[in-house]
Amino acid sequence: MSGFDLSAILTNPEYISMLLHGIEMTFIIYAGSWLLAMSLAIVLLAIRLSTFRFGDPLVAAYVSYHRNVPTLVQLMLWYFGIFTLLPSGLSNWLSANNAEMIFAVIGLGLCQAAYFSEDLRSGVRSISPGQMEAARALGHSYVSAMRFVIMPQGVRNALPPLINHSTSLFKNSSLGVLIGAPELTHAVKEVENLSFRTFEIYLIATVLYLAASLVIMGIGAYISMRADPVGRARA
Amino acid sequence: MIHDMIAIVQDYWLLLLIGQYPNGPLGGLANTLILSALSIALAFPVSILMALARLSKWRLLRWPVTAVVYFTRGVPLLMLILWSYFLVPLWTGADVPSFVTMLTTLVIYQGAFMSEVVRAGIVSLGSGQMDAARALGHGYFGAMRYVILPQALYNMIPSIISTFVSTIKDTTLGYVINVPDLTFAANQVNNQLLTQPFQVFLLLAIVYYAICWSLTYVANRLERRIARRRAGVRVGNAAAPAPVTPKIATEQL
Repeated sequence: MSGFDLSAILTNPEYISMLLHGIEMTFIIYAGSWLLAMSLAIVLLAIRLSTFRFGDPLVAAYVSYHRNVPTLVQLMLWYFGIFTLLPSGLSNWLSANNAEMIFAVIGLGLCQAAYFSEDLRSGVRSISPGQMEAARALGHSYVSAMRFVIMPQGVRNALPPLINHSTSLFKNSSLGVLIGAPELTHAVKEVENLSFRTFEIYLIATVLYLAASLVIMGIGAYISMRADPVGRARA
Repeated sequence: MIHDMIAIVQDYWLLLLIGQYPNGPLGGLANTLILSALSIALAFPVSILMALARLSKWRLLRWPVTAVVYFTRGVPLLMLILWSYFLVPLWTGADVPSFVTMLTTLVIYQGAFMSEVVRAGIVSLGSGQMDAARALGHGYFGAMRYVILPQALYNMIPSIISTFVSTIKDTTLGYVINVPDLTFAANQVNNQLLTQPFQVFLLLAIVYYAICWSLTYVANRLERRIARRRAGVRVGNAAAPAPVTPKIATEQL
């Protein structure tokens, strides 16, 4: 093996297409699990805020499980465990349709929903009850008070932890490689095995991950700046 | 199904607890806990030095450490483990066990994250403490050693415990370089049984849950007690103020 040579990888069309495929799959896992997590988090928050008696302890148990069990173990439980318990028709269909990707999205999404729902809840809880009373007094119904008065303020308060956790979710998408999802880390291992240029391919992967994380943080910072009227007035 | 899980515990408890220890390397739950405790113990001094460097007035100290912190925050832990697995044997020129590789990675990773906690702890004390200590004749290091750090670190105890919890969860990633920890042992059990993967991994999840939940519980209790003490209220008083410890999101995994 000769010295450091990035072009050995960057000019090889086979390696490039493997990397691009990995990037695409990582993006699909990230986007899929983020959307799943955020929609589930909103449902969990709604259950917690409702008057349904068993809702609160149920959601608390859900959050506690997903925060205290390592994400990798959750993924393994999904892919190696729950996958085998499914009826054969469903598991055959999954095997034919990239089961690793589907379980990576489900596992990461359900796990992240716990974090997102806690972020949203602490954001909403920081709004004083007077806001709700005032909105109701002005003729808003409960739902419309939530929609137009409480949630806009609550989500704004929850933005910093939501951004942090969105970045963590992106980094955790690399765990997909451990259950065989063909994402970026997987592509990197493949290129490494073919080219033996470990240093170069790790460097490329690191730069890609770092750049994407910084972009996510940057988008988050932009959104919080736009969402904050005081900051906007200052800018 | 519960019977299956009890049978697994009865048959394999020793493997899950200490791995193949007398006949092979220490593994299982014992190794997970030793690895996490060692990484925290080593990452702690590293994080204090990094925090001091980030608060230093010399750019030569501040910039490289800031870069390291941003780097570790932006790159997946899995990628860092792969880097160490490749670089540590290359630099030391020795056949390094995967345990040491994992320990190195975790010290750097958690050191960077804890340094943010330490930094926030020092900043939240306010500059008056430093000014007063200097006015009383302490040098910079004396003031840090006797005035700033004791206060900052005391307030940080809950954050350190939650970092310990994240470290326990991080050690599962050692699986990728075959560190013989609890997850590795569970996979061995699964490979021997072959027919009960759900039971094995559910058991694994329960064990991790029990450990992490108890530690989180302790951290929350301590956090409330420290908040009360900082507010100058006797422990046991009903009117507890909101916690004032710096809330830094430790990395989730």
